[in-house]
Amino acid sequence: MSEVRIAGTGLTPFGNVPERTGRDLFAQASAAAFEDSGVPRDDVEAVFYGNFMGELAEHQGHQGPLMAEAAGVRAPATRYESACASSGAAIRDAVVRIRNGETDVALVGGAERMTNLGTAGATEALAIAADDLWEVRAGMTFPGAYALMAQAYFSEYGGGREELAHVAVKNHENALTNEKAQYQSAITVEDVLEAPQVSSPLGLYDSCPISDGAAAIVLTSETYAEEHDLDAPVAITGSGQGGDRMALHDREYLARSPAAREAGEEAYADAGIDATDVDLAEVHDCFTIAEVLALEALDIEPIGEGISAARDGRTTADGETPINLSGGLKAKGHPVGATGASQIAEVATLLSGEHPNSEYVAEATTGVAHNAGGTVASATVHVLEEVGRP
Amino acid sequence: MSDAGDDVQNAGYDGWLDAAESGEAYYLECPNGHGSLPPRRVCPDCGATDLERVGLPETGEVETYTVTHVPTPAFEDDAPYATAIADFGPVRITGQIVGIDPETVESGLEVELEVAVSQTTDDRILGFTPVSG
Repeated sequence: MSEVRIAGTGLTPFGNVPERTGRDLFAQASAAAFEDSGVPRDDVEAVFYGNFMGELAEHQGHQGPLMAEAAGVRAPATRYESACASSGAAIRDAVVRIRNGETDVALVGGAERMTNLGTAGATEALAIAADDLWEVRAGMTFPGAYALMAQAYFSEYGGGREELAHVAVKNHENALTNEKAQYQSAITVEDVLEAPQVSSPLGLYDSCPISDGAAAIVLTSETYAEEHDLDAPVAITGSGQGGDRMALHDREYLARSPAAREAGEEAYADAGIDATDVDLAEVHDCFTIAEVLALEALDIEPIGEGISAARDGRTTADGETPINLSGGLKAKGHPVGATGASQIAEVATLLSGEHPNSEYVAEATTGVAHNAGGTVASATVHVLEEVGRP
Repeated sequence: MSDAGDDVQNAGYDGWLDAAESGEAYYLECPNGHGSLPPRRVCPDCGATDLERVGLPETGEVETYTVTHVPTPAFEDDAPYATAIADFGPVRITGQIVGIDPETVESGLEVELEVAVSQTTDDRILGFTPVSG
C-alpha cells in the first residue's frame, strides 16, 4: 500500500469577505498549496473538492470543474457534499485513490462563501444539513440541534455552560497567533456566559462564526514524493469514515457521536495507533459542545468527562493533548466546505514545525483531524504522522 | 418558500400531519418491533420491508430541549420558541413546544402532539403541548 504524503498546504484567511467568489477563494488557497509543495500543476491527475451550500450562496452547482479551472489544473474534478464534513470526505477518497495506485498526485480541498447570505440566510442554509421534513420544519436550526445535544449531555453526565465556556476561551487563546483566523482576540469565561443566547444553552461565543474561506492541499504518493525529492515530512497514515441516522432524534444516544467513534477507530487501526499515541488534534468544534463530543468519540477523553477537559487544562496549548491549536472552527472560522481540509493543513504544519503554535508540540509526531457533518450523521477522521523526508 | 410548487405536498409527511390533526398520529412498525416515521419503504434499523401503521402513544416525555433566539427566516416571528425531542416510546419526535412559556420547558415534561401554525409563514408545524393536570 502506498503511503500518502502531504506535499503542500494553502489557506486563505478565514473571515468576512462577502464579495469574494468561491472560485477566487479556492484559486488563492490552491496557488498557496502549489507554491508550498513544489509540485507542478500539470502533474495533478484528479481534483477532490468539498463544498456544501454553493447552490444557495452562489447559485452554482457543478463546482468540480469550475474549481479545477480556478486552480489552473486540467484534470477530472469532483465536488463532495457531506455537509460540514465535505472536504474531509473529499480527502478520504483522494487518500484511497492514491493508496490503491490509481492516482499519484491529487489536489484536494474545499471552499465556502457564506457571509453574502447574511446571518438569517446562512442559518437557513446551514439548516439544510438536517432532516428537512422532521427537523427543520419543526423549527430546528443548526445551533438548535447542538443545543439539544448540549442539554442532553448536561442531563446525562453533568457539567454546564461554564465548562463549555472554557472551550471557547481556550480556542480564542490559541487563535491569537494564527494570522489566518477570523477572530484573533482573547475572551473570558464571563464574556461567553454573558453573550446573547443563540439557542439555549448555547450563546454567541459558544458558536463558530459564519465565514468565507478556502483550503487546499497537494497530496502525492510516496513514490512520487521520493522521485521528485519533495520536502514532505508528514504522511496521512490513517483514514476512517463513519455514518449514522440523519435526524438527531433517531440516534440511540443524544449526547454521543457514534459516527465519529467509528471513523476514529477505523483511522487509528489503519495507522496502527491508539488514542494514547495522539499528541494533538484538530476537532470539529462548530459549537463548544461539539469539541466535548469529539474528544469522547476519539477516546481522548472518557465518556462523560470531556466537558471538563478545557477547564482543567488537559486540552489547552500547554496541556497533555492540545486540541485545536489553530483556534478551531470556533475562532479560526468555519467556511463549511473548507474546514476538513484546513484541519489537515493545520495538523501538518503543527507536526512539521511550521505553525506559529508548533512550539507547544515540539516533540509531537502524531496528530488527528476530526471533521463532522450535520449532527454527526457523517464523520471523517484522519491520522497524520511526521515520518521524515521521503 | 413562495413558488408555483406551494400546493405540492410531501407524500407521507403531510398525510402524517393530517392524521395527527385528527388525533390519529401513527408510527411505522416492522416485524422486529422497530419504530420509525414515514415516508419509508424499509425499516432503517433492520431493513424489513413489512411496515405497519401503529397508533402513536398519546403522550411523550421531553428528553432534551432548547429555546431558539436566532431562527431561520421561516420562523422569524415565532422566536424565541422552544424546540424539544420527545420520547414517545417506539419513536422520538422533534417538535415545537406551544402553549407554555418557552423558558419553563424542562426535561421530563409530559407532552402530547399538536399540529400548530407558524406565526411567520402560516405553515403547519409539528408541535407539542404540555399534558394538563
